[in-house]
Amino acid sequence: MTDLIGTLPGMVKSSLESEENKLPVVETRDEFDVEISGTIGKPLVQNAKMSSRNCDVFYGDKQAIFNINLDIGKNEIIAMIGPSGCGKSTYLRVLNRMNDTIPICRVTGEHTLDGEDIYAAEQDPVLLRARVGMVFQKPNPFPKSIYDNVAYGAKLHGLATNRSELDDLVEASLIKAGLFKEVKDDLLMPGTGLSGGQQQRLCIARAIAVDPEVILMDEPTSALDPIATATIEELMDELKENYTIAIVTHSMQQAARVSQRTAYFHLGKLVEVNDTNTVFTNPEHKLTENYITGRFG
Amino acid sequence: MQLGKHISQRFTQNLEDIRNKVLVMGGLVESQADNAVKSLLEANAELAEEVSISDYKVNKMEVAIDEQCVQVIARNQPAASDLRLVIAVVKVITDLERIGDEAEKIGRESIKLAKYPTVNQLHAELSHLSQLVLGMLHDALDAFARMDTELALKIVANGDLVNKEYNNLSRLLITHMMEDPRNIKSVLRVTWCARSLERIGDHSRNICEYVVYFVKGKDIRHTSLDEVLADHFPGEMERKI
Repeated sequence: MTDLIGTLPGMVKSSLESEENKLPVVETRDEFDVEISGTIGKPLVQNAKMSSRNCDVFYGDKQAIFNINLDIGKNEIIAMIGPSGCGKSTYLRVLNRMNDTIPICRVTGEHTLDGEDIYAAEQDPVLLRARVGMVFQKPNPFPKSIYDNVAYGAKLHGLATNRSELDDLVEASLIKAGLFKEVKDDLLMPGTGLSGGQQQRLCIARAIAVDPEVILMDEPTSALDPIATATIEELMDELKENYTIAIVTHSMQQAARVSQRTAYFHLGKLVEVNDTNTVFTNPEHKLTENYITGRFG
Repeated sequence: MQLGKHISQRFTQNLEDIRNKVLVMGGLVESQADNAVKSLLEANAELAEEVSISDYKVNKMEVAIDEQCVQVIARNQPAASDLRLVIAVVKVITDLERIGDEAEKIGRESIKLAKYPTVNQLHAELSHLSQLVLGMLHDALDAFARMDTELALKIVANGDLVNKEYNNLSRLLITHMMEDPRNIKSVLRVTWCARSLERIGDHSRNICEYVVYFVKGKDIRHTSLDEVLADHFPGEMERKI
């Protein structure tokens, strides 16, 4: 290539030889110059399943989340991305009151599920968590049989009146989670004996068994291999027909693959929410652009 | 957006390398087009020959850059502006390669035309069209090198000028053929050259559209200039290029 440079017309030649031969600079501001004033994009939707308004979260004196306003649409998969410590998991835990278990954690703002205040005094967090299920980063099956893992919640909430109904429920949940074929002959084996991907699908089956409306997933595949990950992503796509899913993920490719909308969090603020297509091809906010193109960590 | 700030330096290097290669390819294509026009206007068969056998260099660069783009996509999964850069590059080099082909065609015709004096009578008109087109190509490459959307839009807006000039020249060529049918063979060759020049203008315009795509994230192909200005360059509307 270098031998060609000598033969080139002036403009190109000088451009190639100049010290400033760096990639093009397009209207840029340094990342630290960028202020986050409110969320840009489309944080609110018409058919919201869950909504948060003016959400602040504090751990003791420290504020972890600043004034988040976000809707999670019915039957959509919304992906939440952002660098570590940006508050995305904290926000996810707001949605089924998992933060209640942390004594120093204080959540403010209005949070609704189908228009109903989930932080209302009369709201029972246990019932709420049946409606808003959660799947965690590390598969955490109970030290019980596969059958009992799935049946546990259903028994607790009295969803089956007799053994055969419970059997059906366990089978249906395992089928929905895409695990039934692999475990149908080993239902009485311990859940902890399954592979990582199977355990995670068992946890999803357990979440589905109590017939939730929303499933929160906190990095559900970060401990899994690509094949198990693909299975779970495929599963999410099927699940969104019946459920609403919010997923926190560190894999941007995963967010791009599975979600319809993507929310970008930065230092406790919700910077941008947009259609996933927009976020990954032409994000509106500088910080989103920097994060998804790998310009800071 | 400073493309040189990735955490992965190799990624940055790869993108910079790709862009530099496109600039080199652009320069090569520009000199091919310049020489093709020169050989046509000056009836220089030797230069024409050189142009027509040098096209392989352009083709080779297209293949190499394409390959590198595929590798970057496979290895780094570029997103947002990086993705737009790679996509724009893949498209730009396709147009560059076509411009190279058109230059080669002009070269081949020029070899034959050099034996006839036909071109002399058409010199003024041909030279006018060529200057217009070569200027457009030069500016388009400049707009790409600097990712300058204003310049790019100006070129897109001027696309009609080339068409007008081409139509005028076509009429003139038809007159020449009617005046003396013995001219037909060589005037047809000139027509093909004019056609190639017009195509180079179109490809240059495409390159400008990809510049806008990269910078603004908006696809302005097959959109009228007024719409483009109203939708994406509200400030420009008043100035009206």
